[in-house]
Amino acid sequence: MKKQVLQNKPVIAVGPFHPLQEEMEFYQLTVDGEIVTDIDVRISYNHRGIEGISETLQYDQVPFLVSRICGICSASHPLAYVQAVEELAGVKLPERALYVRTIINELERIHSHMLWVGLAGHFIGYDTVFMWAWRYREPVLDLLEEMTGNRNNYGNVKVGGCREDIPDETVPKILRDLDLIEKKTDMLTKAVLDDPVIHARLKGVGTLTNEDAVRYAVTGPTARGSGVAIDVRRDDPYAAYDDLDWNVIVREEGDVFAKAVVRLLEIMESVKMLRQAVRKLPKGPVATEVKSIPPGEAVGRAEAPRGETFHYVRSDGGNRPIRHKVRAPSYVNVPSFKASCIGQHIADVTITLAAVDPCYSCTERLAVVDGHDKIIHDWRNLLKLSREKTSRIREEL
Amino acid sequence: MSDFLRLKERRIMNHQQLIAELAGIKDRLTGIDETSNKRLYLNCKAEDSFAVNKFIFEHVGARFLIATGIDAEDCFEVLYHFSYDQTGCVITVKARIDDRQKPSIESISTFLPAAEWIEREIHDLFGIEIINHPDMRRLILSDDWPEGVHPLRKRVPAEAAQEKEK
Amino acid sequence: MNWKIWSLKKSPWVFHVNTGACNNCDIEIVNLLTPKFDVERFGIKLVGSPRHADALLVTGVVTRQAAPRLLEVYRQTPKPCVVFAVGACACETGIFHNGYHVAGPVDKVIRQIDPNAIIAYVPGCPPKPEAMISGVVKALSVL
Repeated sequence: MKKQVLQNKPVIAVGPFHPLQEEMEFYQLTVDGEIVTDIDVRISYNHRGIEGISETLQYDQVPFLVSRICGICSASHPLAYVQAVEELAGVKLPERALYVRTIINELERIHSHMLWVGLAGHFIGYDTVFMWAWRYREPVLDLLEEMTGNRNNYGNVKVGGCREDIPDETVPKILRDLDLIEKKTDMLTKAVLDDPVIHARLKGVGTLTNEDAVRYAVTGPTARGSGVAIDVRRDDPYAAYDDLDWNVIVREEGDVFAKAVVRLLEIMESVKMLRQAVRKLPKGPVATEVKSIPPGEAVGRAEAPRGETFHYVRSDGGNRPIRHKVRAPSYVNVPSFKASCIGQHIADVTITLAAVDPCYSCTERLAVVDGHDKIIHDWRNLLKLSREKTSRIREEL
Repeated sequence: MSDFLRLKERRIMNHQQLIAELAGIKDRLTGIDETSNKRLYLNCKAEDSFAVNKFIFEHVGARFLIATGIDAEDCFEVLYHFSYDQTGCVITVKARIDDRQKPSIESISTFLPAAEWIEREIHDLFGIEIINHPDMRRLILSDDWPEGVHPLRKRVPAEAAQEKEK
Repeated sequence: MNWKIWSLKKSPWVFHVNTGACNNCDIEIVNLLTPKFDVERFGIKLVGSPRHADALLVTGVVTRQAAPRLLEVYRQTPKPCVVFAVGACACETGIFHNGYHVAGPVDKVIRQIDPNAIIAYVPGCPPKPEAMISGVVKALSVL
């Protein structure tokens, strides 16, 4: 059964309403009145052929490539990759390396979730939330810059450990900034969880049922918000996660509100984990030497803020991978819009798409067509509809 | 509705039980490799991959991760990766396609929508035909990318020579 | 001085185009709006359409699929305009130089339709927000 879906529209779309809608993808929604009846996406704008480039690089050059797959899963991709290679090489890492990796990754989770909270706020018309959430990302970015030299692409992992150690003088700064983040997140969480307008706006919206979450094999907060209790850090532990005391946050409802709650509470869990990791940080080297990679195949995975990153590496004993498969979490999360968007009101489309936290906001090129293939809404309009709905709810309450 | 969706009712297995459970599909496999108790590789022929994948997804209850297409020079391979989250084991079904001239494999997205995109991508990058796929449009290569050019294929000398002659 | 150039320099309105970036640069561009950098106090405003823009902030390596779209955006932007190639990818494709799906870098693609395009380069991976502001100011002061 071939699907009759509109091919690329001749519309070179009107640009994004706001640069927050970043990545180029072309979404097409078909509507019946105000309800979405079908949705499709044309990707490819972001395809850079990374797996092909990987085969031309040596094993220790690949982490620099894969940390640029995505700006905010930039610690998880190289981590999953080096873990695959370390599995191939059968090497055991020094304890301190595991802890440093954990610290960097949890800091990334915090600033990524904060980014999402800001974005979600913006989409429903709470621009103060946007400004605040992004303001409180800054201390985290400054910490990361102090430790790794860059706010975003850390370049911190290598096969065999970490490239850089955390200087002792940074440790008290981390603890101090964690206190600040905890306080502000707590405030933001309470504001979100207690606001009746946000409840009315996000509850029951964009619901992904538990059943669909399994059929679409989603991962991360998208899965955990729909009652699928999976988390690579617990299920297939890596780095120092099985040494720390923490909880997997799960909600059953599957709507946008549930996903927001999962992300906010995960920030608090990350703060908890970081405090433990920083206090337990063992002494010693942060890397071990790996001379060669034997032939074979291996798998590495890490829990990125968006979900599970999965890397598969095959070696023939040489110094380049002969196959390197990369799977970002958004690859399985984004198609689930088929289940969560269909049947929704068009005013809820922006927030439903954003709830998956696509890496990053694949909602720039978006067109809504009616049954006669006529484009009736673009991204700007949809954002406006979303914010108008929030205003209406506010007035009613 | 098939019973695989009632996740909570499915029994949770430990690693030994999981291995024992694979007896149900043993006649379709050409080999089993266990590199550790968290990494399991099940080898099979392309014709059997549909049945094996269905077993792993519905009967064992593992979560689909992704599929990897590989040009292994003497054959093509499609690896289907699953995660059995209860033990953290990654189960990889390695399907071998011997026909290099017209490689093909049956789609699993008929029972697993999560596989739709990756099957389209494997077709784009390797030229492997995906039989019975509900929606075989181009996924990740650009609109102006030439038909029949599959960028992740290895330049196997004999085939490269043939291409030159064209 | 031409009044168009004067107003462009005084308060450049910028339009952001992602042509296949990892989003690091894009997030840093959005960071420009946030309280720590607050670029609106310099009169720099991010607009929603190329038709209102004085400058284009282009990120990404320009994939084959994105190339025609970038050219279309450039055509729609009223001239004179400055194209900022933000980030290592936009400046010279960086680590993706041998990718099979890469049409870039930005200057190569834009000069296909306008050999006299004004292009400014802001290198970095990603360039820090301070670097971007500095790049914009420097480029505009040369106009």
